[in-house]
Formats: sequence, C-alpha cells, structure tokens
Amino acid sequence: MTDLAYVSPRAGRRSTGQRLGRIALRWLLYLVLTLFALWFLMPLFVMLTTSLKSLDEIRTGSLIALPREVTFEPWLTAWGSACTGIQCEGLKPYLLNSLLIAIPGVALSTALGAINGYVFAQWRFRGANLLFSLLLFGCFIPFQVVLLPMARMLGLMGLAGTIPGLILVHTVYGIGFTTLFFRNYYVTIPQELVRAAKIDGAGFFRIFWSIFLPLSLPIVVVTVIWQFTQIWNDFLFGVSFSQAGTQPVTVALNNIVNSTTGVKAYNVDMAAAILAALPTLLVYVVAGKYFIRGLTAGSVKG
Amino acid sequence: MAPILDIRNLRKSYGATEILHDINVAIEPGDFLVLVGPSGCGKSTLLNCIAGLEPITSGTIDIAGRDMTDVSPRDRDIAMVFQSYALYPTMTVAKNITFGMKVRGVDQATQEQKLSEVAELLQITPLLQRKPGQLSGGQRQRVAMGRALVRDPALFLFDEPLSNLDAKLRVEMRTEIKKLHQTLNASIVYVTHDQIEAMTLATKIVVMKGGVIQQIGTPAEIYNQPANLFVADFMGSPAMNLIPAKVRRDGSANRIEIARAGAAPLVLEDSRPADLPADVILGLRPEDIAEAGFRAGSNVQEAQCHIDMVEPAGADTYVVSELGGKQVTARLHAETSARAGQSMTLAFDLGKVSYFAPESGQRLN
Repeated sequence: MTDLAYVSPRAGRRSTGQRLGRIALRWLLYLVLTLFALWFLMPLFVMLTTSLKSLDEIRTGSLIALPREVTFEPWLTAWGSACTGIQCEGLKPYLLNSLLIAIPGVALSTALGAINGYVFAQWRFRGANLLFSLLLFGCFIPFQVVLLPMARMLGLMGLAGTIPGLILVHTVYGIGFTTLFFRNYYVTIPQELVRAAKIDGAGFFRIFWSIFLPLSLPIVVVTVIWQFTQIWNDFLFGVSFSQAGTQPVTVALNNIVNSTTGVKAYNVDMAAAILAALPTLLVYVVAGKYFIRGLTAGSVKG
Repeated sequence: MAPILDIRNLRKSYGATEILHDINVAIEPGDFLVLVGPSGCGKSTLLNCIAGLEPITSGTIDIAGRDMTDVSPRDRDIAMVFQSYALYPTMTVAKNITFGMKVRGVDQATQEQKLSEVAELLQITPLLQRKPGQLSGGQRQRVAMGRALVRDPALFLFDEPLSNLDAKLRVEMRTEIKKLHQTLNASIVYVTHDQIEAMTLATKIVVMKGGVIQQIGTPAEIYNQPANLFVADFMGSPAMNLIPAKVRRDGSANRIEIARAGAAPLVLEDSRPADLPADVILGLRPEDIAEAGFRAGSNVQEAQCHIDMVEPAGADTYVVSELGGKQVTARLHAETSARAGQSMTLAFDLGKVSYFAPESGQRLN
C-alpha cells in the first residue's frame, strides 16, 4: 500500500502510459479490498437483518433481503425471555455473569501481568530467563489439557461452579500473555530510570507506581482488549466450570440456540448472538486506536 | 579533615572476571574527583559501586565517615546525574526535582522552597511545568542537575553527564558545572572519558585502565608527571611525544641520543636523574618543544630538525618532525616561519621532560 502510494521524485519524468498503469493498479487494489470487506461484513449484515425480521418474513423471504417490516420483538425476547433450557429469562442474567467474570478477571490478570513484566524487565534475578520461558510456555498450553486438573483444584478450593472460580481460572491463564506484553514494553524503558529513582529513595512498588505505571497506558489498553476478548469469548472454561446461575453469556447463547424445541427462532438467535458479541465490539471500537498504537509502541521508540 | 569518600581495597568481579582490582581512593570535602579512562576501564562500574547500584566483591566504601559498603543507595546520602539524564518522562520538571523529597516525606513548604532555590540557581524557573520531552538537551541536563542539587547530599556522582550534548553546549555546561562546584563547595565524583573535561574540572584525577588505577593526582601532577606511558599518552591533546632514546652516561651528565633517519642522531644533555637505564622513552609535551629563541628555561637545548609537516591551528602552529622513528609534534607560535620540507632550529625544554622505562612503561624521574 505504502509503496504504491509513494510518488517517487522521478515520477514526473515517466511516460503517461506508466502513470495510467499505476492508477489502474491502485483502483484494482481498492476494488479487491472492497470485495474482501464486503465478504467479511456479509454475515454481520445477514445477522442484523434477520434479527429485525419476524419469523414469518424469514420463512417466506430471502436470506439477504432487507426486512419489509422492522420489528424489535426478537431483541426483546433475546434480552429478557428467551429460554435457555428450563429457565426463560433471556440473556440478561448471563450477560451480567459474563461482566462479573470478565471485569475482575481482566483487572486482576492485567495488574499481575504489569507487576510481573516490571520484574522481568527491570529487576533481573537469578533464573529469571528460565521462569520467563516457562511463563511463555504457559501461553501455548492447550486449554483442554488443564480442564481436569483445574476442575479438581477448584473443587478442593471450594470454588467449583462459582463466579470467583471462573475469575481465578481466567486470571491464571491470562498471566502468561499479560506478562509477555508488559515485559516487552518495559524492556524498552532505560534502566537508568530505575537507578535514578532508587537513589531518589524510591522502593520497588514506588518506582512501579510513580514511574512505570504512568508510562503504561498504551500497553494497558492492549492488554485489556486482549484479555477482555479472551475472557468474554471463552466457552470451554465457561461450560466446564459453571453451573446453572453462574454460566457466562457464551454458554447461555449456546443453550438458547440448541435447546429450543419445535420451530427455530432464527431472529431471536441472531439478536442473542449480536447481544453476546456487542461488548467486545464496543471495547475494540472505543480503544482500538490505542490497540494498534500499543502493539507497535515497543518497536518505535518515542 | 575526615575524607568525605574513602574507598579501601575495593574489588569487583562478575563471576571469574575481575572488573576492578584493589581500588584505593579518598577525597576531602569540596574535592572534585574525576575518574577518567578509555571505555571499558571500569570507571562507571566504580561510580555505580560508590552509589550502591552495584554490589562490590570485597573492600569498603565510607561516605562522610560512615561505612556504606552494604547500605542501600537511598541511604547513602548521595545524588547522581546520569548520562541519559534519566528524567521521569511522565512528570513535570518540578515533580522530577521534588520526587526524591516527596518519597522521603519532606513537607510541602520545604519542598517548594528548595525547588524554587534550585530552579533559581540553574535558571530553569520558566521550565518547571514542562515535561522532559519538551526540553532541549541542555535543559534536560540542568533539570537532572537540579534533581541532584535539591537533595543537598554529602556526595554528588556524575556519570558522563555531558557526553550526550553537542560540542558547543558541552563546553558551556562544563563551565557551569565548574561554577556550581565553586559556589556550593560540593564534593563530587565525576566520570568521563574526555581528558579535557577531566583536566578542566578536577581538583583530583584518577586515571584508570583495565580496572586498575594508573595514577591519582592533581591535574597538574597528572599532566606534568605522568606515572606511566599510558597516562602520558592518554592525558593531553595533542598527546605527549614519546620518543625512544639511548642514554650514555658522560661524567655527571646523561647524553640522550635520538636516532634520526638519514641524519646524525639528535643529542640532548640532561643531568637528572643519575641512574637512567641505557634505553628509555623520552616524553615531551608538544608545548615543551618550541621555535628556537621562543623558549626560556633552566635546561632548554636547541637542535636543527627537519620539518615534515606544518599544521596551523589558529592560536598555534603545530609542526611535525620525525625523531626516533616517531612523528614528534612541536607547538610553535602562530607566526612561525616553519615550512614543510625545510630545516629549522627547535628548542627542547628538558626541564619538563619525563623518562619512562620501555618495558614496564613506568616513569623513571
């Protein structure tokens, strides 16, 4: 993209044919990109339109047609009265569960990752490299492997089937990534800062709190988006370690879709799916600018 | 007076590698000690040991009469200025300067009073509400010094504070540091690789190489009586001429012969010291070789020399002549009539000469 947009100083001397060729290439590029964008947006379009149609219209009309008569009834049902098995309270209580899991989970794993990253980057100790490698290894352990041991642990701790239990699980499995993020960010901060602060009389936490944390906004945003998306979208832990009443929204969505008998309420399913996905979308829209910036912050020293 | 800093038998090693070998240095209150040497000589490590940022392997460090060997940096009553300035990037200049006091729980009124004093002294009052990113290099340097000054410590440590500045600013800041030292009568340990900085600032210089102290002395001692060939060569610009020579004892005088390609040897006479070996390295600073008639001294000797090169430098003119197989530089006055390729009479001031043993490199006189 950049290469094509770049106008070289010699461009003016090139022949008209070459210039036309470049313009054509540019338009071709835009065309391809637009097609891809449409391709990716198509499912969202279908979901939105379907969720605004009545069941009759879905049965009679085409999949990609716009709704003839817009109805918000499916949304209200998905929100407050759709059945997830025997209960019919809609997604509302489960959205609350997901929030109760995601917010503390994100906060805890981000905070721990920040402290860990600070230690790994600035307070090197014997065996730090080995420990860091092990933490990284933890990032890539498939979750299926830990299901049974984790279930046993939660049982022993008396947290089985509870929201605090799920918070714990997500915090533990988030630490690997959050530590990696923060460590790589803090490594770019010169060690002389820590030395200066030590001589100024500041201790471990004071230096972290007064000097490192105020520098961390970009990486905090990255970590929060990452962790929120991970925890919110998690299904495996949610379905394994919850019970009726503590299930996150992903599990409830599955139940709404799979436990309906008789006629499938596609419009309600679509509305429920959008409701379940909305928070992550929102987080990205609000903080996405910082996400991109934070991901590249380490490489471009400013 | 008790020394403000007293380092005895300090050793520092990383694993099997010894970085500092048996360092012994002491300075009095008000001294400006400069640690100078080529990069990798251990001077910065020594400074970090004094600051307590690096643990030492053995030996002791006393600051203001207290044993600080195992004391943490915050309790050593020191302040440090770093090469990169190490200003806290998210804090304003004022917060940067008062951070140390805030951490130590100094009350607000005292903080503000000290801040305004230091800001006044360093002329940074208009900058107090800015962030470090909005300052120029020289301004950051001042803020870094302000952060150190405001603490009023027993000992100031400077780690190559001027090496990130451009040449002109470096000279300006050098003068300012010297002025500050004189006004405050502070005790300072200062690390640099720049021998001119060392000469201009120090009251006492430690020349280091490979983790070993080569010489400790006043700038004049270091300059005029270098303890060995390394110090002789490292201090001074252009460097001291180090010329291989043969010595023949002739009655009460030494006849010092310097071989010359395609000409008779240059012979100089000197009575001291009596016990020179047959082979020596003769050290003469460029300014101790002048145009004949322009140098007065107790033992100035003149000789015809072939001039290979003439380098006018404004205030002086340097001429180069090959003596003893070395390019020997002489510093002549600006209006000299020296021409490259011609002969001229040069005056050698043997009152200022240094003799070194060729093998050990140690000074002989």
